[in-house]
Amino acid sequence: MEVVLSCLVGVLSAAAIYLMLSRDLLRFLFGLILISNAANLAIFTSGRLITGNPPLILEGQDFPVDEAANALPQALVLTAIVIGFGLFAFALTLTLKAYRRLGTLDTSEMRVAEPREE
Amino acid sequence: MSWVLSLPLLIPFGAAVLAFLLKDRPSGAWVSVLGSGAMLIASIVLMVNVLAEGVIAGQMGGWPAPFGITLVSDLLSAVMVVITAITALAVSIYALADVRPRIAGLGYHALFQVLIAGVAGAFLTGDLFNLYVWFEVMLIASFGLLVMGGSREQIDGGVKYVALNLISTILFLTGIGILYGMTGTLNMADLAVTVPEVENQAMVTVVAMMFMVAFGVKAAVFPLFFWLPAAYHTPAFSTSAVFAGLLTKVGVYALIRMFTLVFVGDISFTHEVLLWVACFTMVTGVLGAAAQNDFRKILSFHIVSQIGYMILGLALMTPLAILGAVFYLVHHIIVKANLFLVAGVASRIAGDTALKKIGGLYAFAPLLAVLFLIPAFSLAGFPPLSGFWAKFLLVRAALEDGHGFVAFVALAVGALTIFSMTKIWAEAFWTPHPEGKEPRLSQLDAATRWSLLLPIAGLAVLTCIVGLFPEPFVQFAERAAGQLLEPTEYIETVLGARP
Repeated sequence: MEVVLSCLVGVLSAAAIYLMLSRDLLRFLFGLILISNAANLAIFTSGRLITGNPPLILEGQDFPVDEAANALPQALVLTAIVIGFGLFAFALTLTLKAYRRLGTLDTSEMRVAEPREE
Repeated sequence: MSWVLSLPLLIPFGAAVLAFLLKDRPSGAWVSVLGSGAMLIASIVLMVNVLAEGVIAGQMGGWPAPFGITLVSDLLSAVMVVITAITALAVSIYALADVRPRIAGLGYHALFQVLIAGVAGAFLTGDLFNLYVWFEVMLIASFGLLVMGGSREQIDGGVKYVALNLISTILFLTGIGILYGMTGTLNMADLAVTVPEVENQAMVTVVAMMFMVAFGVKAAVFPLFFWLPAAYHTPAFSTSAVFAGLLTKVGVYALIRMFTLVFVGDISFTHEVLLWVACFTMVTGVLGAAAQNDFRKILSFHIVSQIGYMILGLALMTPLAILGAVFYLVHHIIVKANLFLVAGVASRIAGDTALKKIGGLYAFAPLLAVLFLIPAFSLAGFPPLSGFWAKFLLVRAALEDGHGFVAFVALAVGALTIFSMTKIWAEAFWTPHPEGKEPRLSQLDAATRWSLLLPIAGLAVLTCIVGLFPEPFVQFAERAAGQLLEPTEYIETVLGARP
């Protein structure tokens, strides 16, 4: 299972990088979503993948009854998803604003702050 | 003990909430000033404690390390928090006059305090995932501050800033995931113990490089700095100043922390890379500055070149070099924030930041000229100002370590820094104003003048004090460097600390 998810992380990253190399800001944003999800999946996978066994420890023992997945990365991923969502919402709003104010989403045309030398 | 550690975080958050509630009134700005002042007191208390007792650690929520979230302060963290509070105080006083009511009504002062809390949190945390969270706090606040007002330049610069910083964040997060997979811990002190025990050391180096790139984007090193000169000249001057002073330095701090504490297994590779990065950063930054014709753009490129010096100190990794890097870090925050504040006053009385459109500041505002010269000379490394000692220490460290070429680069970059400072001096201060305007400080009303010039003068005095009496500061930096290079105390305090 880890192998499948690792490959998925790779595929997501590759697609994301392809999208982010585009000059179109919106495509860049789509790439950003993909790669942030790839990162989340990577963390998720790092905590082992075992289905059906809750990481509960019986009283007086130090380890879970059956082999269980590590719960901590899952908590980290939750945090990362929420933060990532917030940042992405901001980035999307900024893109909309950029389109309205600058009239383009072509990044090579966005030269207001750094005008070309005459 | 933990209240000493958490107060520098709780105060700015509290101030942020109050400032947000009062955002439509003038008192909102004063809340920000008072919050920064209170934070300065709290951070000095922290510093006194760290000086007296050595490294202090506290476990938040009562979970022992490495399971809970650790806040920890050694001398480096403590001095960074103090300097953050000083910068926050200076800039929040400046913001009283610099930030227009419309921008303040959008919540400027609240976001400013959140930014300060994020910066202080990044300096104080002892947990890698918590560091990520502080980075995000800082980042989202800086996004808001950067585009606040919504001019076309700001939106344009903001897009580049947001895009590149988000990539860095994601890389950081991926690195955290892989590191956790290998070691099962994210507590930095615990990582220092477990990372050397990892079997696959090649993978550790890969992760180290991911962290280097992620923090390198934040620190604006070559070739990852392009977001900085694209954005830093667009927002309000007080925003520029606090960004220039603090944000890149958080990246440098994170690099210093990780590459002295955790990733020290393959120094011959990682620190060699850092050395090259440092040289290229110094050179490209200063050459970029030489090509610019705008007050703030020149200063922005200078940030990049100065970051190179700090990375140089880290790359050499000798006691003297780390000492120099710590000294440089503190000196640079004071000086750089101050130069941006001066640029704000110059633009306010002379009408622009484009050097071609302004002039006559020396003839009509000699006080401002003096206040510009102090940080400018300090940045370029003139004795007896603070920048001289910072450069002197690093160049000596490079020579002692047998890196003559690197020392030469550092000195040459210093000379080029003077060249681009001369450009600002000649165009903005010396030549007459192209429209025949007389830029006098007396154009500003008394309250504005005080709130703009007081922080500039205060920071300038601080630069002079560090420059004239470097001995205690160097001794302090030496102790801080000692703690960084011999992290046993740090590790034992964190892992041994009971809630």
